[in-house]
Amino acid sequence: MDKLMRIMTKDSALVPLGAILLGLLFGALVMLVGGYNPIVAYAALLDKVFGSAYDFGEAVREITPLILTGLAVAFANRTGLFNIGAEGQFIMGMTGASIVGIKFDLPWIIHMPLAVIAGAVLGGLWGGLAGYLKAKRGVNEVITSIMLNWTALFLANYIVNAFLLQPGQQRSYEIHESASLTIGWLSELMGNARVHWGTLIALAGAAIFYIVLWRTRQGYELRAVGHNPEAARYAGMNVNSNIVRAMFIGGVFAGLAGVVDVLGVFHYQTVMAGSPGYGFDGVAVALLGGNNPIGVVLAAILFGSLTYGSAGMSFAADVPPEIIRVVIGSVIFFIAAHGIVRGLIRPLKGKSKKEGAA
Amino acid sequence: MDLLLKLGELINITLVFSTALIFTAMGGIFSEKSGVVNIGLEGLMVSGAFAAAVATYTAEEAGMGAASPWVGLIAALLFGVIFSLIHAVATVTFKADQVVSGVVINFLAAGLTVYLVKIMYDGAGQTETLNEVFSKVKIPFLSDIPVIGKGFFEAYPTTYLAIFIVALTYYVLYKTPFGLRLRSVGEHPGAADTMGIRVSRYRYLGVMISGALAGLGGATITLTTTSSFSHNTVSGQGFIALAAMIFGKWHPLGALGAAMFFGFSQAIRNFVQLFDFAKGIPMEFLYMLPYVLTILVLAGAVGRAKAPSALGEAYDPGKR
Repeated sequence: MDKLMRIMTKDSALVPLGAILLGLLFGALVMLVGGYNPIVAYAALLDKVFGSAYDFGEAVREITPLILTGLAVAFANRTGLFNIGAEGQFIMGMTGASIVGIKFDLPWIIHMPLAVIAGAVLGGLWGGLAGYLKAKRGVNEVITSIMLNWTALFLANYIVNAFLLQPGQQRSYEIHESASLTIGWLSELMGNARVHWGTLIALAGAAIFYIVLWRTRQGYELRAVGHNPEAARYAGMNVNSNIVRAMFIGGVFAGLAGVVDVLGVFHYQTVMAGSPGYGFDGVAVALLGGNNPIGVVLAAILFGSLTYGSAGMSFAADVPPEIIRVVIGSVIFFIAAHGIVRGLIRPLKGKSKKEGAA
Repeated sequence: MDLLLKLGELINITLVFSTALIFTAMGGIFSEKSGVVNIGLEGLMVSGAFAAAVATYTAEEAGMGAASPWVGLIAALLFGVIFSLIHAVATVTFKADQVVSGVVINFLAAGLTVYLVKIMYDGAGQTETLNEVFSKVKIPFLSDIPVIGKGFFEAYPTTYLAIFIVALTYYVLYKTPFGLRLRSVGEHPGAADTMGIRVSRYRYLGVMISGALAGLGGATITLTTTSSFSHNTVSGQGFIALAAMIFGKWHPLGALGAAMFFGFSQAIRNFVQLFDFAKGIPMEFLYMLPYVLTILVLAGAVGRAKAPSALGEAYDPGKR
């Protein structure tokens, strides 16, 4: 994992930019093979994102949870853990927000924060569980996270089915207005785009991510454990409790992503046939963002716009929107295998540095 | 008597659900024994399931009749190998993080296959339904045994093939020089290198074999249970196979047992109404069962599994 961290620090932004370019090129190639015109397709994509105030608002709606799940994965990465469980934490966040939003009826000044906190804590506990199993039982967090993702999916469906279901529907009742995060006036201004306060929560999350990791003693410990657990242990730090804490905080971020999806966008929770996917995209966002809060926000903007714009691509240019999954997948591929990107960049730079790899 | 009959059926359905997991778990063993983590098994299964559907349909159209699913099976194997090469190139040649690369495989497979399906079948989200899929084969005499006969000896050819692959995996890994070298590369690549074993070559082979077997695993689903391919044909079975491999402690027989256990926990869903005690259990908890059990098992109920020592580490000759 430490290799990933070097990306941002050593090679600045060249590798991520190169990877994005190669990813888009690869996507274009696949479109050509499929008999489509990639220029038309990409233009349609851009048009979809920036075409109208409504589309812009909806693109922001798509970007917001990606910032939070990206932070969830990045936070764990910074502490030497791989949080592939953001998906499950997202679902638990949704569920916590739904329960409080539907079952309670309080003045908004209590209700909304309570619903947000319930989801965040539930997501945090779900992440913390993987951390606990790693710390206490030595179980690899990647495997437990994957299993917890599926467990969360079915558990959430059970909760919705058993306690929150709107009769005759495959979804819950709507949350009370007092728990909503929707910004009504702005939404009206933007042609009813589903804009919500969650976007501010996400940006605040990025700031908190930075402050916690680089401006507090706790953050120093977390980074030290991530950097070299043995040395951290020798320095008297409790590695195990740091693992649990890191996974809990990561889970809080992912849980918040689920929270804003329920309280800000849909106002209800469906019985899901499959995972929503924001958690897995978070892995991509964290990687592209170099596990750094500003990078994560930028990466979320990119992936969110691509995902949202892909609908326009299929509408205007008839290209199946799944092509965007291929683009995002290959962007991560080129970042993970950054040797390829470096190899291509080096001749462009003119002078061949003796050892490009740090 | 009626219950006994149902028991035979339960065994049979367990085998049907296990088959794909068995293939894929064996694939996972080859990759991880060589030292390469493969959480991309899910994506490799998806690519196999896709290739099988397309190839079988094409063969059907070309009038190949009952041979069509076999064509599909071979296509799945080849396509799985090709897809796994992405993982091998990234992790072995470019020393990419193996978990990340696995995530990429899952991403790419999910996107690319649905994209291709939409192109090939005029925008439809799934392939045409196949007519020529595998049907169950009765083994003479053995299938006449009560309960067991219906359970074990009236199965799809892929099930028998999967059991054969388990035996073959065991033989190759523990009884041949190739297996010894493959395992040494996963345990101590430095030492293996000193002995003149080409570490990257064996890791490439390990990953490619995993692609072939996971491809077959995915094909099994298309060619026996679903008869078509769509985005949710595989839906998480690759991850269960991964769990089966770990649950089975990276040993072919252990993984076989675990895969059958997970197959059973999927099959039991179809049989809940038969048992009084199970009637009150909500379906969601039955769906959850394999995943929760995996966590409990890994958390120490059965003792700690020992992964290959060098699993997850890129081999760097300079650090030997």
